[in-house]
Amino acid sequence: MIRSDQTLETPERPTTDRRGFLRLTAGAGTATLAAACGWDGGDAVRPSLLDVSRLNDWVGEHILFSPTRLARTYRLADRSASLPSYFISGVTPLLRDPTAWRLRVDGMVRQPLDLSLDDLQRMPRQSYTVKHHCVEGWSAIASWHGVPVAAIVERCRPLPEARYINFVSFDAGYSNGWDLASAMHPQTILAYGMNDSPLPPAHGAPLRVYSPTKLGYKLTKYLVSLTFTDRRPGGYWEDQGYPWFGGL
Amino acid sequence: MSASPPTAPPPAPPPPPTSLVRRHHWIVRLTHWGTVLALSGMIASGLQIYEAYARFGNRGGPYFPSPFNGTEFPAWGRLGGWLAGALNWHFALMWPLVLFGLLYLSYLVGSGEWRGLLFRPRDLRGAIEMQKYYLGLRQEHPPQGKHNPLQKLAYTFIVCLGVLAVLTGVAIYKPLQFSWLTALFGGFQAARYWHFWVVWIFIAFTVVHVLLVFLVDPHSLRAMITGWYRGRFPSHD
Repeated sequence: MIRSDQTLETPERPTTDRRGFLRLTAGAGTATLAAACGWDGGDAVRPSLLDVSRLNDWVGEHILFSPTRLARTYRLADRSASLPSYFISGVTPLLRDPTAWRLRVDGMVRQPLDLSLDDLQRMPRQSYTVKHHCVEGWSAIASWHGVPVAAIVERCRPLPEARYINFVSFDAGYSNGWDLASAMHPQTILAYGMNDSPLPPAHGAPLRVYSPTKLGYKLTKYLVSLTFTDRRPGGYWEDQGYPWFGGL
Repeated sequence: MSASPPTAPPPAPPPPPTSLVRRHHWIVRLTHWGTVLALSGMIASGLQIYEAYARFGNRGGPYFPSPFNGTEFPAWGRLGGWLAGALNWHFALMWPLVLFGLLYLSYLVGSGEWRGLLFRPRDLRGAIEMQKYYLGLRQEHPPQGKHNPLQKLAYTFIVCLGVLAVLTGVAIYKPLQFSWLTALFGGFQAARYWHFWVVWIFIAFTVVHVLLVFLVDPHSLRAMITGWYRGRFPSHD
């Protein structure tokens, strides 16, 4: 005890300490970084990262998102040769009886709806050629056509308390929660067609959400229902840590 | 008083202590090391994000030229574990990175220190003289202020690179809300491409920067930590 105290008092010590400290800091920093590799934050940091993600959602929804700014549209000649298609099920999700398919619109609405594909195709039609952005970093240009979500909203008349829509699919429980403002964007549609043809099964037949305002994972395929709610619905990827807002 | 004292001649006076100079304000030191941490995390999480689609260009079109097409970077250089984990790191660390940057720039403007750091056309002549000195074409070190013209060039460049990193990042984070910015960089994939190259320029700068610290002026490391500079580097003669 005494010996070590005396050692600390030798004049050389402070310099060595500072150098040692620097070395230690540099070493610890490197070790921390090395240990951090492949680290999603662990139980200690991950919740904080998710809190910041919520903050980013808020900034994206309430500060950056413009309900009127339109995504750039492209010429048909600009269409990409291919557009990858993702789904959750092991095989392409298919309806056993496509004629029996209905889109259910329910939740906090004055007028719940039960719509067939024919009903939807008789409603106002919107079509455009836009760039698709995947969260992975790839992008591709394709054409889509369908009915604007705003036209559905006009018909089902949500209650003033409704702030979100939960889009639900028949693909292994896949769903996405949306803020109402993004859903009401003039380019947000329920698409029944892609590149001038009926929507192919790989891309969500018979009906999917499409919008150039959101990343691909927010664009629910294989739609079965829209539920209006005042409580923010999660989603398949959102619940696993992907940003909830996913706005472009 | 005529007799000299019988004792030995007085010991030689100790060598004058090397003068300590106050060199870096705490804001500069805080933002410097804060940026080191935030940027390391941004780069590591960025490399994990890159792995999800390790190339540039629209689907079905030609890829941009890059030696890293299809490259999976080693695990020790990645942060986040998977795409969502890396995105959450990336979009959390972007805030301190931008805040440190703004704090640093505000300090430079508020204190007037920007004058000693900003490379201006009139520094060109001095930069050439400095280069001559480094190449041995000139004997004496050119006179300078806190930083020589080549240092000004380097530090002005790295601030611009930081701004470019943030702007290309915004362009691919919100390519619709900031479509003008995305278009300025040549579109989404091009902005992604530049965002990626900024990383390698940062890494190259850091390697040279750290090498120069240790080879030319090791005392500057202490100055960046404690704020005090001790030494006889030409810049403080």
